[in-house]
Amino acid sequence: MIKIFGFLFDKDTWQEVQGSLKKNTLRSILTMVGVWWGILLLIGLLGSARGIENNFNVLFEDFATNSVFIGGGKTSMPFKGYEEGRPVILRLDDVKKVEENIEGVELVVPRIMGNAVLSRKTFSGSFNTTGDFPILNEVAKPDLTSGRFINQSDIDERKKVGVISEDVYKQLFEKDEDPIGKIISISNTNFKVIGVFKVVNFGGPQLDVHIPFTTFQQLYNRGDRIDWMMITGKPENDINQVEADVKLLLKNLKKVNPNDNRAFFGFNLGDRFSQFTGFLKGMQFLTWFVGIATLIAGVFAIGSILLITVKERTKEIGIRRALGATPIMIKRQIIVESVTLALMAGFIGIISGGVILMLINNAMLNSNEPWMRNPSVSISMVFLSLLIVVILGTLIGLIPANKATSVKPIDALREE
Amino acid sequence: MLEIKQLHKSYPIGDSRLHVLKGINLSVKEGEMVAIMGSSGSGKSTLLNIIGMLDHADSGDYILDGLPIKNLNEKKAAEYRNKFLGFIFQSFNLINYKNALENVALPLYYQGMKRKERQELAMFHLEKVGLADWAHHLPKELSGGQNQRVAIARALAANPKLLLADEPTGALDMTTSYEIMEFIQQLNDEGKTILMVTHEEDIANMCKRIIRLRDGVIMEDTAIKQVRAKQHV
Repeated sequence: MIKIFGFLFDKDTWQEVQGSLKKNTLRSILTMVGVWWGILLLIGLLGSARGIENNFNVLFEDFATNSVFIGGGKTSMPFKGYEEGRPVILRLDDVKKVEENIEGVELVVPRIMGNAVLSRKTFSGSFNTTGDFPILNEVAKPDLTSGRFINQSDIDERKKVGVISEDVYKQLFEKDEDPIGKIISISNTNFKVIGVFKVVNFGGPQLDVHIPFTTFQQLYNRGDRIDWMMITGKPENDINQVEADVKLLLKNLKKVNPNDNRAFFGFNLGDRFSQFTGFLKGMQFLTWFVGIATLIAGVFAIGSILLITVKERTKEIGIRRALGATPIMIKRQIIVESVTLALMAGFIGIISGGVILMLINNAMLNSNEPWMRNPSVSISMVFLSLLIVVILGTLIGLIPANKATSVKPIDALREE
Repeated sequence: MLEIKQLHKSYPIGDSRLHVLKGINLSVKEGEMVAIMGSSGSGKSTLLNIIGMLDHADSGDYILDGLPIKNLNEKKAAEYRNKFLGFIFQSFNLINYKNALENVALPLYYQGMKRKERQELAMFHLEKVGLADWAHHLPKELSGGQNQRVAIARALAANPKLLLADEPTGALDMTTSYEIMEFIQQLNDEGKTILMVTHEEDIANMCKRIIRLRDGVIMEDTAIKQVRAKQHV
């Protein structure tokens, strides 16, 4: 091994490489652009994909990802004497029945929603308000920035308290004003603010104010009607199966045609989640594909430029051989030139890619709605990409290297 | 020193072959200074190339200092060239992006000599050709005569048994030519064996023996009284 690679530790080898690369500085630099771009793309995209994934993971940290939302819609098929177009209404006792009858279900959380005018002093606006149980914490924990969420005594005593979103806070309160304990008006009823949460949106309507379920019932005279239920599956159960089971049960209860797909709307978070992770996986794959394809193209550019260089240096190579350079000395010199160019380009690519990721990170930190978090690439990825560059550089270097020694020294010397 | 017997060489030209060397017999002793003359196409360059191991003969024997030169692969040929031979070319053949010192040191590099030793030895030879002050100049910054002297220093660097010169004065004016010849004569005086291809009578007369080739055979092989180049300078 030392005998084969010993020349790499020889200062003279590098002086020879430096000499011939410096001879054509501009061309050497232009040659490197392809590989530089490939690595930049690879590092930049992989880092960004990681950033999106990190952000996504943080967003969904508080959500049970094996959950599904099911609400009542309108029937689209006649069934058992009922005409189509009948609204399907879910009630609190349906929640109980789902809990009791469907085996894969862990939690069922009923929710109701309405549009309410919120006002305070001279500010007012229309916001989506939900009636919630404390158990919501278990399936979709609101990201509280201050205060607390609804508790059991709020439910029991039908307290007029609300947890507001940051958007509501911004509209109803002065900057830096502490909202906790302050009174706001919801549909002309005074409520006390007990908490502020950060909105996390992954589809569906934006929810702005949580108030106790029982308070909501009373305020809007809703009886035991609910708008939808959030269902989480037990970890070992497939959430799609749970969704199907729940829908079948509800269709039975509500006398809906089993084939009617419009009677209930469903939003399967588990589905969304796996779709998104699939998308991220695809993006990573695409990044590698594009990055490596670009790298190959870049390395080919190095190869073809070296091929031209070798042609131009035919005479020089002839002289060197007349003076006693063996073919292997010539070959490895050209391969080392190829790898050196590729590696230098790779390093510059990694550094510039890192700088870009840093800039993105800074932009995200200063942004109100960051969609990336800590975009980065692992050290092993960096080494892997450098390894690929070295291997490709060596392989492509073989072509001009063989070309360089294919001409007989006597013919090479005659070349002008 | 050098023994050549029944050397044949031909090149393919289309369907036929051009017979360039038709049985050359040649013996050169140590310390000789031989001019090989002949019109173009006489085979003189081919002969020099075969002696220089840059080309190989079709048949015949070539023995250099007791060592038969036959069936060499490229690697072996490169090693022998490096060890036994010094080349001086008409067009100097210096590497244009290397300075004089680096050019002279190149054969030593291929010998695997350490950098410091190499530089010292190269400097010694540059001093010998009187260009120590120009050691760090590039070939384009030197005159033709100076470049040829750098090339001579390079040919001497590895201390070869035999110096091969292919029209060493072909690209130089008369005064410079004689300067270079004076220098080559000096090397011969010191004991170096020199083989030179030339087509100039006055240059040939500065050697000690003239071999005339015509159509691939030796027509004439005579020892002459050497004309010293110094008289002309």
